[in-house]
Amino acid sequence: MADENPFPGENNTGHFWDDNIRELRNPPPRWWMIAFWLSIAWWVLYGLLYPMWPTPPWKLEQTEQQHTRGMLGWTSIQEYKQGMEQVEQVRGQYEERIAQLSADEILADPGLLQYTIASSKVVFGDYCAACHGSGGQGNPGYPVLADNDWLWGGSLGKITETITGGRKGNMIGHQNILSEQEVDTLAQFAVDLSEGREASDEAWTLFNNKGCSGCHGPDATGVLGTLPTGDVITVGAANLTDRLWRFRPGGFESAKHTILYGVNQSGVEQTRDAVMPKFGGAGSAEGRLDENQIKKLAVYVHELGGGL
Amino acid sequence: MSDTPSKAQASPQGDVKTDLQAGLKAGTLDELYAESEHWQVNAGGETIHAKRLPGRWRRIKWLAASVWLIFFLGPYVRWDGRQAVLFDIPNRQYHLFGATVLPQDFWMLSLLLLFFAILLAVATALAGRVYCGFFCFQTVWTDIFTLIEEWLEGDPRQRRAFDRAPLSLYKVRVKSVKHLLWVLIGFATGWSFVAWFYGALPLWRDFFTGQANSAVYAFVALFTAGTYLLAGWLREQVCFWLCPYARIQGVMLDRTTLVPAYDLTRGEPRGRLRKGQDVIAGQQGDCIDCNQCVAVCPTGIDIRAGQQEGCITCALCLDACDQVMDKINRPRGLIRYASLDELEGQRVRPMLLRARVWLYVGILVLSVLGIGYGFSTLVSIELNVLHERSPLFVELSDGSIQNKYTLKVLNKSNDDLQARIAVSSPVPIEVRGIEHDLRIRHGEVTPMMVFIRIEREHLTGESIPIFFTADATLPDGTEARAERESAFFAPEP
Ligand code: SF4
Ligand code: SF4
Repeated sequence: MADENPFPGENNTGHFWDDNIRELRNPPPRWWMIAFWLSIAWWVLYGLLYPMWPTPPWKLEQTEQQHTRGMLGWTSIQEYKQGMEQVEQVRGQYEERIAQLSADEILADPGLLQYTIASSKVVFGDYCAACHGSGGQGNPGYPVLADNDWLWGGSLGKITETITGGRKGNMIGHQNILSEQEVDTLAQFAVDLSEGREASDEAWTLFNNKGCSGCHGPDATGVLGTLPTGDVITVGAANLTDRLWRFRPGGFESAKHTILYGVNQSGVEQTRDAVMPKFGGAGSAEGRLDENQIKKLAVYVHELGGGL
Repeated sequence: MSDTPSKAQASPQGDVKTDLQAGLKAGTLDELYAESEHWQVNAGGETIHAKRLPGRWRRIKWLAASVWLIFFLGPYVRWDGRQAVLFDIPNRQYHLFGATVLPQDFWMLSLLLLFFAILLAVATALAGRVYCGFFCFQTVWTDIFTLIEEWLEGDPRQRRAFDRAPLSLYKVRVKSVKHLLWVLIGFATGWSFVAWFYGALPLWRDFFTGQANSAVYAFVALFTAGTYLLAGWLREQVCFWLCPYARIQGVMLDRTTLVPAYDLTRGEPRGRLRKGQDVIAGQQGDCIDCNQCVAVCPTGIDIRAGQQEGCITCALCLDACDQVMDKINRPRGLIRYASLDELEGQRVRPMLLRARVWLYVGILVLSVLGIGYGFSTLVSIELNVLHERSPLFVELSDGSIQNKYTLKVLNKSNDDLQARIAVSSPVPIEVRGIEHDLRIRHGEVTPMMVFIRIEREHLTGESIPIFFTADATLPDGTEARAERESAFFAPEP
């Protein structure tokens, strides 16, 4: 090609297109070359300062890729740990105060309450939501936590007690004790009370004579007595006078089922299951939550909307 | 064609020669030609030393460049006992005179960016790289740097000689003073930049005592080095080879764009004018090939070769050529702001009759109106209502229905406030959670939970409108109010 170079003496590469378009050998500008060498120097320097160069595993059993450590000793895990430490520091102040305060005092402190609710959301999701629903809306067989019907009491103290120690309801099945007619009467009694109707005297008599009032209370509200603190004494029996049903959907047939087969009766196939596991007592086999977590969770559950 | 009525065109050709001769003072021509010897294609191999000439466009250029004084002096303007404009990034708030803009109002920033982007596009389409030639910090800073160079080292011819001269104590002294001044300007640039974010007064207090944080020092160092390097060493090479904007501007020009242009029909054939030598009538154009237009060009290009990427539209060549035309008694405007259409003698539509211009103006006006609207409706508090979704509603013991809401109250004022929350609805409701005023810290969002209950007999449907309001009294006594509508959900009746 060089022989037919139409531009002899010109500093070109000998490549031509369209007769006169050709590639020249002009050197890049000086500043460009300086920048070029500076970037290479920067790259080398960076490689010296930070972990960069891969090295082969030294020992046979070592499958992990090795690399140079870099003169600054920087590692990503260290940076991550420092970041976590910072987060812990911010949380630490709150956690410390929560440890010192009672659940009632947390409830009274708006700032702390916000932190508690935000940080309990995850714990609730991990341990409670599977049964009680993500927002405490309940599931068939599992009570709603967002309403104001509490079989075991809805004060902060009672909720804490429930989470810590768990709960197990107990109602014997009446299939062999009551006649079919009596079962129907009592089921209708529960439906009537729930819908705000007057129950018949005959039903009330049955309710009292058959020992129902021993657990459900003389007025069928599930409350056996009230302490000076306002907390109620219950054995976890349902309030028959409110509109809410422990075993949804509720209604006549559902009530009948509960009366016939009871709750948590071993050996009774169709009995209702109602067990809340124990989450407290850290160190024990069941204890999965520490005291602070339970305290925070109690506040969270209380604030789902139905706390008393 | 030339729009300047030419005396030469009207008069017999014989007069042209006389005019030319008469306009020349002894020696002027030789001087011009002596300067024209130095010229090469600018590929960064050699520093461009442009000649400085006073003139109309030079004055306009100074005026435009002086806008940058705002950059240096702006941080000292005070308003309400505070820096008038402060971009407080750590606290995520932006003070613009009386107004405080929080991240929530950033849609206005988008409009502002749109405005400037369109403005840049409009300016380019209408008049080429005017931004580059008159406002761009690269152009302006380079101009100042070369001005310093001229003070210290003399005019372009002296500067070239000085660069070639062997190293001497004098040379070292002059050069170091120059570089020191450059670095100082770079420092002032970095300093002023940081002042917009850090606050000018705290910066003076903290910088020299070593109390400012490392980001401040890093930024000032970066700007100092950057300014020194870009305006001192790279100069027009940035406009040629580095600037991304320069790359895209080329496609934004069209036949109607006004750019500094050499009137080929009037200037060609160009030819050198020699004293005592007759110009043969009709054989020579108005360009006397004095190369003044090239000598003054800060990017070192020859505009007579046509519009090219290196031209930053600074119009300095217009000043130069006009002065030459004055000297040789020819009408000004051999190089002038002209569109391709105009140069080729096509019909030129006045700017105000062009649809494109009005479209641009429309977009600009709209975005300005948007920003204006944003500022006029900046409120001190903002209220957001989130309705709980799981569960959507809860039935309570007595059969009433309860809904849960999370209110988020944002305080955009500069003070902590007490917000009073009120709720209303067309049906009777019972509200829990708003008994106490909510303390909202300035610049922060404070959440609160509100429960609303409606008795069974008052449920009018599956969804009932609920109105939330947040009221707060600002320290100066004015009332701020934010309103939100939400809904109450209930089961099918
Ligand atoms: S050609 Fe003229 S307008 Fe363009 S950069 Fe050079 S002096 Fe400025
Ligand atoms: S265009 Fe004007 S300034 Fe440029 S060489 Fe011709 S006469 Fe001189």
